Amino acid sequence: MNMLQTALEEIGTKSELEKIINESENVMVCCGRMGPMCIPVYDVMEELQDERENVKFYTMAFDNPEAEIIKNAPECRGFMGLPFTMYYKNGKAVKATSSIQNFDQITGILDEHFN
Amino acid sequence: MDDVFDVMIIGGGAAGLTAGIYSSRAKLSTLILNEGAVGGQMVLTDEIANYPGVETTSGYKVANTMKKQAKDFGCKIKSNVKIVKYAFDENIKEVELKDGRKFQAKTVILAPGGSPKALNIPGESTFLGKGISYCATCDGDFFTDKEIIVAGGGNSALEEAVALTNYASKVTIVHQFDHFQAFEHAIEEAKNNPKINFIMRAELRQFIGNGKLQMITLEHLSSGNVEDLKVDGVFIFIGYKPNTESLKKIVNLNEKNEIITDSEMKTNIPGVFAAGDSIVKKYRQVTTAVADGTIAALSAVEYLRN
Repeated sequence: MNMLQTALEEIGTKSELEKIINESENVMVCCGRMGPMCIPVYDVMEELQDERENVKFYTMAFDNPEAEIIKNAPECRGFMGLPFTMYYKNGKAVKATSSIQNFDQITGILDEHFN
Repeated sequence: MDDVFDVMIIGGGAAGLTAGIYSSRAKLSTLILNEGAVGGQMVLTDEIANYPGVETTSGYKVANTMKKQAKDFGCKIKSNVKIVKYAFDENIKEVELKDGRKFQAKTVILAPGGSPKALNIPGESTFLGKGISYCATCDGDFFTDKEIIVAGGGNSALEEAVALTNYASKVTIVHQFDHFQAFEHAIEEAKNNPKINFIMRAELRQFIGNGKLQMITLEHLSSGNVEDLKVDGVFIFIGYKPNTESLKKIVNLNEKNEIITDSEMKTNIPGVFAAGDSIVKKYRQVTTAVADGTIAALSAVEYLRN
């Protein structure tokens, strides 16, 4: 059962995440809660889902124990603000951000790493 | 270019969504253009406990229900857009987006809402999410047994400082004045909390760290003395500003950049109305935004009839 109420597909397990990032070229995963800093990021992802067909957009609940794979990722060391957002290219993390990000910041990262 | 809408609403918070519900239910073709996430400040509210007729719920749920209501009545919503040009002088009003798209309408309701103020000092954006936060509910547990600072002296600052004592070992409130702007009960609660200390008449000047926030530079306003303090985190609650920067010289604003309206939510431009947190008013609540949105939509309906 999903823990996050968004229109994005939610990853439930570590193995599911590994399968997705290994099988897709460009993946963005937002790991958060239904909180004020996270919801605006989900909203941007929902908006981009239709227009960025080269990127797969997913969420993962921060309180899901399986999300340790993101919380303990080296790219997230020192992060102290939700959400933790990961960008994967060909199975490898190429960028990670902590806390709220706006539309321009997110599209800037997508343009830089996925185009 | 799309068709000419009857009503174009700038902003998708409580006021904008309510105006959208009312105008689309009145069978007016309605478009909401929103520069951020639909729901505005409402989705930043973890818990809404005093919305009449609705039991305690989250701001996100109320916002999503409003969005669904508006869409069900036929309102079109475009979020995360960037408006670069407003042309309100003619009978048909027009806005242009950053991507070149233009939208026209016979009436406009301005409901751009407000945003939390930033300190705008060196290091603030660098350490966002790495020691700096604007949300105690979201990030408080990252600071368990740590020493933190809360910047601000209003209700939000004092209430969030008290909430943060559930996690932090020590909370120091830094405020620029020698008194607080909060309600008395909030001040009392903070003063009675043994984990909370106060530094009055002081301002933060710089955030310092290596990979994460480690220190702040503080200026004592009375003496002019500057000192560096070791901290694990800083939470910033210094109030809100209206999102009206791009509306200067478009509609009349007051000295605080709030949109001036009359009791029918009319601005100085015929056919242009305003509602919500961005207008001149004393109390900013979801309920007052909803009321403003209702009045603005009904005024737009009347304007179109005439």
